[in-house]
This record gives sequence, C-alpha cells and structure tokens, in this order.
Amino acid sequence: MPIVNFLKACISIWLKGNKYYWAWVAFLGVLIVSGIAAYFGQIMHGLIVTSMRDQVSWGFYIGNFTFLVGVAAAAVMLVIPAYIYHWEPIKEVVLLGEMLAISALVMCMLFVTVDIGRPDRMLHLFPIFGKPNFPVSLLSWDVLVLSLYFVLNLVIVSYLLYTGFTGRHYNAKILIPLVLISIPSAISIHTVTAFLYNGIVARPFWNASILAPRFLASAFCSGPAILIILFQILRKVAGLRIKDEALAKISELMAYAMFINLFLFGAEMFKEYYSHTEHLIYTKVLLFGVGGTKVHLFTWPALAASVTAFILFLVPKTRKNFYTMNLGCLLIWFGVYTEKGMGLVIPGLTPDTLGEIYVYAPSLTEYRVAAGIFSIGFLIFTLLVKIAMPIMKMKETNPAGIRLVKPHL
Amino acid sequence: MSLNNKPSRQLNRRKFLGDSVKSALGIAAGLAVPGVLSGCGTKEIENFFQKHFLELSPAELKSLLARLERENLKKYGKSTVVSAKPAMPGVLFGYGLDLSRCIGCRRCVHACVKENNQSRDPAIQWIRVLEFSKEKGIDFAEANPYYCAPGSGAGAADSSNKLPAAPPPQLTGEQKQILADPVSQYPLYKEKETEGPGCKVPRPEHFYVPISCQQCENPPCVKVCPVKATWKEPDGIVVIDYNWCIGCRYCMAACPYGARHFNWAEPKLPSEDVNPDMHYLGNRPRYRGVVEKCTYCIQRTRNGRYPACVEICPVGARKFGNLLDPNSEIRYILEHKRVLILKNDLATRPKFFYFYGL
Ligand code: SF4
Ligand code: SF4
Repeated sequence: MPIVNFLKACISIWLKGNKYYWAWVAFLGVLIVSGIAAYFGQIMHGLIVTSMRDQVSWGFYIGNFTFLVGVAAAAVMLVIPAYIYHWEPIKEVVLLGEMLAISALVMCMLFVTVDIGRPDRMLHLFPIFGKPNFPVSLLSWDVLVLSLYFVLNLVIVSYLLYTGFTGRHYNAKILIPLVLISIPSAISIHTVTAFLYNGIVARPFWNASILAPRFLASAFCSGPAILIILFQILRKVAGLRIKDEALAKISELMAYAMFINLFLFGAEMFKEYYSHTEHLIYTKVLLFGVGGTKVHLFTWPALAASVTAFILFLVPKTRKNFYTMNLGCLLIWFGVYTEKGMGLVIPGLTPDTLGEIYVYAPSLTEYRVAAGIFSIGFLIFTLLVKIAMPIMKMKETNPAGIRLVKPHL
Repeated sequence: MSLNNKPSRQLNRRKFLGDSVKSALGIAAGLAVPGVLSGCGTKEIENFFQKHFLELSPAELKSLLARLERENLKKYGKSTVVSAKPAMPGVLFGYGLDLSRCIGCRRCVHACVKENNQSRDPAIQWIRVLEFSKEKGIDFAEANPYYCAPGSGAGAADSSNKLPAAPPPQLTGEQKQILADPVSQYPLYKEKETEGPGCKVPRPEHFYVPISCQQCENPPCVKVCPVKATWKEPDGIVVIDYNWCIGCRYCMAACPYGARHFNWAEPKLPSEDVNPDMHYLGNRPRYRGVVEKCTYCIQRTRNGRYPACVEICPVGARKFGNLLDPNSEIRYILEHKRVLILKNDLATRPKFFYFYGL
C-alpha cells in the first residue's frame, strides 16, 4: 500500500529534526494549548469573554480572518509571474504557495469558527445539512469559494507530494488544469471576502467599491512577503534552487502592488475628505481617533511601514540587498496586517449605526485564541514544508527533471 | 408563504436520501465535536437535528412546541404556552411614533423587556431611546443614549413595570465561576447608569427618538443571513429562528438601525419574571450565542392585541395598526401627518413611521 507507506514516511519525517525544529514545535505547542484553554473558557461562558459587544459586533477574529484570506489568495497568485517569467523552480513555487494557502485557509476557517456564537450549528451553512442562503448572502458565497479553494489546494498539494514520494512523474494533464483553476479561484476568494464587507449599506466605511481592488492589491504584497523569506530559508537548508533574480522580481512586483494599494487608499482618502460628509467620521476614527478609539495609533506606523517597504522594493539597490529586502517583507506584513485587520473592521463598526462609540480592544481571551490559531497554522505549514523538502531535494539528483509548466505551453 | 396553509410535504426520494445522509453525517459531526455539544443529553441531540422552522411538518411543529414548553417548565418551574400562530391574511403591521409627544421616560424599554423575556443579566433591551438637541435635529453623531431618566422605580405610574431584577441571592456554581473570571468583567454598555430618581425628562431643548427594529420591507439583515435563520413573515414582521441562527452576527453588521442584539452570555431570566405567553418566533427564552430583536410583540399582535410598548406609553406617543386597513389609525396618520422614516436614503423601507402629531 503506497499510501500507507507515504503516511508512515510522513510521520517519520516529522519525528526527525534538529533542536531548532523541536524548539519551534514546542513553542507552537504551548501557544496552541493556551489557545485551546482560552477557547474552552469562551465555550463555557459565551462570547462575553471577548471585548465584542452589540456596538462592535465583529473584532479581532474577523480582522485576522480577512487578512488571512488575502494570504491564502496571494500565495497562489504568485504562480502567474512564476509562469510569465519562467522561473526555474516553478514546481516549488506552486507547491510552497499552495501549502501556504492551505495553512492560511485552515486559520481562516478556525477564526470563523471561534467567532460564531453557535459552532454546533456550523452544518447549517452547507447544502443538504442546512439551508445556505445562496446566492443572496455573500457569506454563503464565501463558504462556498473558500471550501472549493481549500479542496483544490489540498488535492494539488497531496498529488504533488505523493507523486514526489513515490518517485513518479506527475501527470501534467491532471495537474496543469488544476493549477490553472486555482489561480482564478484565488482571486475569487478575496473578491468575495471584500464583497462581504462591500455590500453592507449600513456601514459607509465598507460600502466603497474600491474595497475589492484594494484587497487584491494589498494581498499581493502580504502573500509573497512570507514566501520570499521562506524561499531564502529553504535555499539555505534544503538547497532549493531559486535564483536571486527571481526573488528580486517578486520584490519588484510587490513594489507595484504596494503602489496600487497606496494609490487606491489615497483615492479613498481624497473622496472622504473632499466631500466631507457625515461619513467622514469613520475615516477620522481610522486616522485620528474619535472619542477614545485606538486604531489610529496603529494606522500611522502601518502606513509608514507600507511606504518604506514600497521605497525599499522600488529602488533596485535595496530590493537586491537581502537585509533591506527582508526588512521590507516584515514591514509589509505589519502594514497589511494592520490595514486589513483592525484598520478595516474597527472603523467600519465605530461609531455604530446609531452613532455610539464603543472603544474596542481585544480581550486576553481573544489574543490567546488568536495566537493559538496562528500557531496551528504555522505548525501545519511547518509539517507540510518538512514533507516537501526531501522531494524538492530529490530534484537535484534528477536534473533532467520536472517542470510543471513548459514555457511553450 | 403563509404558514398555515403550507402544502403537506410528500416524502420524496431526494428528501429521504438527504435526510439519511444528514443523519449519518450529523452523527459523525456529533461524535467529532463532543466538547462543542456540551454534553449529549437527549435535548441537545434533538436540538442538533431540529429542522428549519419553515420546513417542519404540522406534526413536527407540534411536538417541537411541546418540547419547548417542557424545557421551559423544567428551567423556570412555570408552565408556558409557546404558540406558532401564523400571520393573519390581509394584515401588514405598521407602527407610528409621535415625536412631538415622546418624553423619553423609557417606560416602553422596560415594558418591552418584561413582555419579551429579555435577558436581565446581561441586560438586553430591544428599544433604545436617543436624546437629541432640538437645535441639531436628528444627527446620530450627536445622539445620547445614556441620558438620565427618572426610571420606573421613582414614582412611575406603573409599579409592575420595574427595573431589571436584582440578581438571585443564591449564586450558582457557574455564576460564581463567571464572577471569578477576570476576563468576563467587561462592562456591557447597558449597565451604564442611566436612571436615577433625581433625573427629569424631558430635558428642555431636547427631544427623544426611541428606536427598535423598523421591520423593513426591504430588510438588509435578511439578505445577508447565510443560513436563512431570519426572514420576513407575510404580515411584515421580520423574525429569527433562535434554533437555527448560527450567531455569525452578519445581520448585526447589516442592520442600519442597531436593532439586533446578540446573546453574548447565557441569558438570565428570573422565573418570577417569565412571561408565560410565548411565540416561537418572538418572546420565548433565547439561547446563548444567537441574535434577537423586536418582533412587534408577535405573541400579542397576532392575537389582535397591541404591543406592550403601545400600551405602556404614558403620553400616547405610540400607535400601531394594519397598514392594509384604510380605516386604521396608522393609515390616518400616514395620510394626515408629517411623517418621516429613518435613513430614507438606504431604501430599507421601514414600516416604522415617526410623525409629528401636534
Ligand atoms: S431594522 Fe434592522 S433588524 Fe429590523 S428589519 Fe430592518 S434591518 Fe432588519
Ligand atoms: S447571526 Fe443568526 S440571524 Fe444573524 S446572519 Fe448570522 S445566522 Fe443569520
């Protein structure tokens, strides 16, 4: 049974590692246990242990969800430039991108699960078991596209890993169409998630048609940022053959994406300030704080980080230097995380629809649960990368080997 | 889509297959998430498999209502009647509120809490009364929901209309645990002090706008619900099935009037305060983790009575009636008074009309 052998091999790979690996796993394990304990408390007492209330009915959980949908989408969108520019290790780009997408999607689903009041009724979201309000509710669209995208990535990754493990060549007739479908699906999950906010007339801050393009632009920054760092690590420890030029190219693309993101943000700011309607108050919450709100304390550093990263990636010298390139990646993470997380959710809901300002800051439970979920995601990603590593190494012994997408295709 | 003359459903093949798959997977899921299901008593299992309200056969509905009554009896030691009386044909309910009369005394708020079995702790109130200054008019950025009113304790006309009851003297183990848990100490906004015997309403140069669910004809909350747990009934009342809602709170984000409230904790309702006259889609006790809101007192109005807030209002600012009846008071108001609706530009088409009667 090759499948059983494959699973056995996976387990033995996971059990092998140096002390850094075990320290990392133990660190994640501690955070996961703490997160589970906190979630248990939330199950016992209800969502009252979070800081969310009727006025601010979504918070940290949904903010993280939104950010991670972007990561999941962008990791796979990286396949487009990989294909256009004929990057040599395109299989690795696909594989790592899809593995990142899987981990991000698991985190997305967990964040939704911990946010809802009745996780025991989760099945109501699905056909046959429940009564999905499809196609009217954007949330049921989101469930649909996220599930499809998850299954798609899972199939591609398992297939690649499994064929790699058994030493067989994968069948391009199966794989290429799947990868080609996954790209538009990546775009669709993020568009649908943007529409989820976008379609709410009661919340003027979200009800702006620029939201979906902004989501895509910022996602195209945050997803590759993590892959750039990962490529470098794997190049060191696993001999992944990715060229410096490819990394520089990704950085360059991120600079363009960040430019578009900042430009769209500026366009939105112009509209808000020049028209100066009563809706300006939400933007004021974002930028300056109103009645004690705190998001603006993060908005400015995040903007500064995004602008700095943009400059670092724009100037050829700094985008080719590894220190500045990695610094840029970290800055982008901070910038986009703030913008797409709390910078989106809080000004959208504060003040509430009747003008009340409730100052939301996540509670300890929310931080612990979120840290637990991130740790689960990182753990999954670590384990997936660990199985993939020998397969990627194998390629070195098989130089004639494997190219997923032939340039003349 | 009237509830009473629903065609009796045949057990067709698809449905049968669907049901058996559902049961099989449901059992699998039930085994997989024992923690979430918080124990597996028969009650939990029955709840888990309950169908959507609109898909229940008359027999299933009957046994469901009986089950809820049994649960109420067990929980509150009080016999209750849970009805599922459908909408009457030819009725579309509408509400009128006279802004020139309302004095902001919040008696409606408390009458509503009492009538509709709202949680006393954490306090959930379906009506919010906003105070505006006459100079600025209705500008939500200037609204004050926390103005001080005398409260019903201080010389209020109706003594039955009392403030949220004091917590029961004997704390249960769980309550003690909650009190000991520092993270659950975040104040709910409704616990802010808004009532005191020294306060006088109406304050000079101010006026009051009570806001609850506007029963929109074009309700954004219904549109967004991912599981059809909330819908508009034929008589225009927007209702929620508390046994179907997953608590995602998308509807709360979508409602432009802050009308929807979430059960952040287990709702607490002292037995002596339970209103035994209940409706499935209305004031029956709610569960933790689901959303609730005003239903125009569906348990009363479908029986030809006025909503509790209409009856309690000491100045007669509240009017209620059938919009389809040309002789109704509400039609008279719409035809003869200056009427306004909130957030007209959103095209939600509220059936809650504010007017100037004087
Ligand atoms: S007021 Fe809010 S809850 Fe009521 S029907 Fe309209 S949108 Fe729905
Ligand atoms: S909270 Fe309940 S009623 Fe509201 S959208 Fe979610 S499932 Fe529907």
